[in-house]
Amino acid sequence: MFDRVLLKNIDTPDNCRIDAYEATGGYRALAKALSEYGPDEVIELVKDSNLRGRGGAGFPAGLKWSFVPKQSDKPKYLCCNADESEPGTFKDRILMERDPHQLIEGMAITAFAIGAETAYIYIRGEFVLAIRALEKAIAEANAKGYLGERILGADFNLVIHIHSGAGAYICGEESAMLDSMEGKRAQPRLKPPFPAVEGLYGSPTVINNVETLACVPHIVLRGADWFREIGPEKSPGPKLYCLSGQVQKPGLYELPMGISLRELVEDHAGGPLSGRKIKAVIPGGVSAPLIPESGLDVAMDFDSLAAVGSMLGSAGVIVIDDSTCMVKITLRIIAFFNEESCGKCTPCREGLDWAVKVLRRIEAGEGAPSDLDQLKDLYGAIYGNSFCALGDGAAMGLRAALDHFEDEFVAHIETGQCPFH
Amino acid sequence: MTMREKIEAAMTRYPDARSAIMPALVIAQEEHGYLPHEVLEDVADILGVERIWVYELATFYTLFHTEPVGLFHLQLCDNVSCMLRGSETLLKHMEDALGIEKGGTTPDGLFTLSTVECLGACEMAPMMQVGDDFHGDLDAERIDQLLDRLRATAAQPASADLAANAQPAE
Repeated sequence: MFDRVLLKNIDTPDNCRIDAYEATGGYRALAKALSEYGPDEVIELVKDSNLRGRGGAGFPAGLKWSFVPKQSDKPKYLCCNADESEPGTFKDRILMERDPHQLIEGMAITAFAIGAETAYIYIRGEFVLAIRALEKAIAEANAKGYLGERILGADFNLVIHIHSGAGAYICGEESAMLDSMEGKRAQPRLKPPFPAVEGLYGSPTVINNVETLACVPHIVLRGADWFREIGPEKSPGPKLYCLSGQVQKPGLYELPMGISLRELVEDHAGGPLSGRKIKAVIPGGVSAPLIPESGLDVAMDFDSLAAVGSMLGSAGVIVIDDSTCMVKITLRIIAFFNEESCGKCTPCREGLDWAVKVLRRIEAGEGAPSDLDQLKDLYGAIYGNSFCALGDGAAMGLRAALDHFEDEFVAHIETGQCPFH
Repeated sequence: MTMREKIEAAMTRYPDARSAIMPALVIAQEEHGYLPHEVLEDVADILGVERIWVYELATFYTLFHTEPVGLFHLQLCDNVSCMLRGSETLLKHMEDALGIEKGGTTPDGLFTLSTVECLGACEMAPMMQVGDDFHGDLDAERIDQLLDRLRATAAQPASADLAANAQPAE
């Protein structure tokens, strides 16, 4: 049985309160970091742990922090990406609702490491409970001297503000998030320059996901070696997996990185619904190409999933069974990306709209054989041709559905109806 | 605090007033229920920013409403995880129960029915958001009970006034 790390307190009554958090060792990591380490040593420690970003890209967190220039006339900023909008993902919401101080402590240590005195939490406006929990936690941490001026007597000041989003998936893309925070319509920026050098208000900015930041106190307390020994060497640590869809026990599971997708779905989440068979699983939110049942033995880590043409993404695991039409699911996914495309890049904006029209007519039984070629052409036109990963995620999802379930698309076209209706 | 005071407090969190447009719109929408032109102009004036910047955001982000919505905004998730657990049937059920189609508002101004993209609560799929609250593991019976509870809440005197304000413009 895996000893939970990030979720160890979520069932503790009153854990949102600072005294309950302190009673389980809370804020000891911050005290340790401030008294025993310098900022560079914290960065080295997190580099050594090989903590990789949990928002989806898997970029090494310590390395990202090290890109922040040591000498800068401008203020530095830390932004927590809490705009959890990838369909199938709900881990950050639960972390914030149930253990907000863990995130605050992780942010304080990270801000100390990069030299930021102002931090923002960019959180989905829909997450009202989490916003309230964080507001209360920030006030408590200020009152206890874990935030504010001369934190725990050290030469370190930090103020954390909450910035509430207003319903736009694109804000989870870090450069679009920065535009949104600057009061603009959220659209991705051309990189470079990367945010670590030129981010919020043109200042050096680190953007990390909630789960990434929540790992930091544990690494400080228990060491880089402890972290690296959990799961695969190149992709280590405890990991939150969000199970949803047609599965017996949907929910949030914390297990080592690298557990097999089959074990996760069949053993931990109880397998398919009664009388059904699993057809495919989306392993990392709808941006991650689906994996057919035959591929479920893949390990859930960044490198193993990339090797089979998918990705760990946000670890939003969506289970699809044999009662479900893959054309319909594909249409729903591409319609989502089309709705959320910010409109900046033509291949994404126009290509997705076109793909939705083609998929809609195939699903309605009005498709022609040439529509499949049309979809494949659209894949090529969208993939790799936009500023950010939104269009790529959509294109890869479309491609995977065609690669693995072309027979269902063909059946719709040949019979003029949906075989699942 | 007045709306102006709340917006001025939000401005202190940022080095640039433009950043406070989003929080200011949240505050204004809480105050007025939605964001008509004159409210957007007020927000721009309080912040001292270009009006076009305020219009841009009010029309880009889906949580901002430039048209009135019902007292209770039923926002049913119909993204993949909820769809796989039956959200389509629930949408049909609510359309029938309320006598409106998706996107519509009941004539009494009580309910607006929308479908929304993933709300990040797939463990409780199918689910919907009403006001600040998430309601999960929904089925037709639970939805009926919820609608009854909301109607009872609306019968309280303070809510009835709000509903009257939320009625769609003729």
